[in-house]
Amino acid sequence: MNRRTSLGSWLIVIVALLYFFVPLYAAFQFSLQMKRGEWSFAAYESVFKSDVFVNALSFSVIASFAAIFFGAILVVPTAYWVRLRLPKLRPIVEFISLLPLIIPSVVLVFGHIRMFGSSSFLPFTSSDWGTNALLVIGYVVLSLPYMFRAVDNGMAAIDIATLTEAAEILGASRFRIIVDVIFPNIRAAIVSGAFLTFAICLGDFAIASLLNRQSFGPYMVQLGQDRAYEPAALTIMSFGLTWVLMALIQAAANRKPGQALFFTFRKTGTTP
Amino acid sequence: MNQIDSRAPLSSSIKTAPRRLKLDWLGALPYFGFTFLFLIAPIFYLIIGAFQNPEGDFTFDNMSGLTNTQIAASYWLSIRLSLASAAVGTVSGLLLAHALVLGRLPLWLRRALTAFSGVASNFAGVPLAFAFIATLGRGGLVTVLMRELGFNLYGTGFSLFSFWGLAITYLYFQMPLMLLVITPALEGLRNEWREAAESLGATSVQYWWMVGGPVLAPSVLGCFLLLFANAFGTLATVIALTGSNFSVVPILLFQQIRGNVLYNPNLGYALALGMILIMMVSNLLYLLLRSRAERWQK
Repeated sequence: MNRRTSLGSWLIVIVALLYFFVPLYAAFQFSLQMKRGEWSFAAYESVFKSDVFVNALSFSVIASFAAIFFGAILVVPTAYWVRLRLPKLRPIVEFISLLPLIIPSVVLVFGHIRMFGSSSFLPFTSSDWGTNALLVIGYVVLSLPYMFRAVDNGMAAIDIATLTEAAEILGASRFRIIVDVIFPNIRAAIVSGAFLTFAICLGDFAIASLLNRQSFGPYMVQLGQDRAYEPAALTIMSFGLTWVLMALIQAAANRKPGQALFFTFRKTGTTP
Repeated sequence: MNQIDSRAPLSSSIKTAPRRLKLDWLGALPYFGFTFLFLIAPIFYLIIGAFQNPEGDFTFDNMSGLTNTQIAASYWLSIRLSLASAAVGTVSGLLLAHALVLGRLPLWLRRALTAFSGVASNFAGVPLAFAFIATLGRGGLVTVLMRELGFNLYGTGFSLFSFWGLAITYLYFQMPLMLLVITPALEGLRNEWREAAESLGATSVQYWWMVGGPVLAPSVLGCFLLLFANAFGTLATVIALTGSNFSVVPILLFQQIRGNVLYNPNLGYALALGMILIMMVSNLLYLLLRSRAERWQK
């Protein structure tokens, strides 16, 4: 009885592993075949050498950093203030933060384009920088569920009322309390929200494409139509990047206050 | 400098102390302002537009326009694809989770697959499509391997760029998502229940049919709906795989925004409203079922 259950389980796991790893292997093998008759990293070189790739990637990275920055500025003071002073509003704030999960990004950007078009009261799309701003705003909205949950969980783990009181007794202003006391204590939470935001921005296709921004998502789709081997190379790289991001989120989430964020190996069970 | 720093906030906080009570809500204003302007208002703009004609008068024409052949076909395709990919994802993810949680497998394997699932459930979009083209496309690794073994995959009518090809591709993020969301429910099945059932003489099948199944059912159904919504909103994977030939609802909306392919801007609003409604209903049911399932977990 026991042995049979275990055998069936092994079978299921092996099939699942095959399903997960064959596409990755296939993409990897394909990415090495750019030069006929030999294995080479030529496809990777070709990707990195292209200006379009560098421009698209740096545009997306800058947009995601902006989204992370403004998202944190929006969410951290709000989560703090709501926990401290307006606990009755918390369910509403949380509910709003979850709304983007049920709004597909193509619908959100549709609303943005129509509401902030060139003849509207806030004509974001009529200028280049305005469109860029609208892109970042869209990313802030899309990442709101993850950012809010991460930051709010971070605040739940520390006693913000006592910290605030202590800081007030020492004469700190509201601004200083948030910047110098609350912020350092929830840095790990913000970092984990930030990495998810980064992943969303880098993977986005709908918003960037409909706002005509030359970012990473539309670039990848275009490359898939024009080239054969480079897309496979990009797949391997972006899978690696996703893996690194998730590992960093784990590291940030498991980090204890005061511990360095990176480059420390956790010793499980030995810390008192 | 230091003196000013430490004194100024103190005096100011004393001054504002009595007034703060009434002005507390001001602190939440930026958040509510931002989300209203960039999330809630645009959505309501679309919803209102769905009930207006181009002149701005109230009408149901757009909503009834959703039944026109092209749009109805698009919804039907999206719903079928989402149902199929959610069903396959639910069953395979449940089997995998069952094997990992209850199958007495080594712990490292479970940890590794859970970590991998965290990555794979976020690995949607364009790169995923490329990986599957390299695997199951016409010149893909598995297709070629099968041909060498004497089996012509594309001869059977299968194509990666068709319904089942997309469903198989979606599975790459659906199965890991299922594994992640159903694992807590499987862990919540207590050993005592099984032991009690066995000591009363129940077989394994009876245990699952009368105890384990009914306890798990709300969780499984809830996760199925989550997977359904997840598939329904997918756009980038489809575009990278099929260009925009495969007209699921997100693709149709995408093309409508691009170039007004429906020849009626207000029909686009109705299309968006339909998507919002489907996403809303499946997510609400998911939350409802989850809160029901949580009654068993403590």
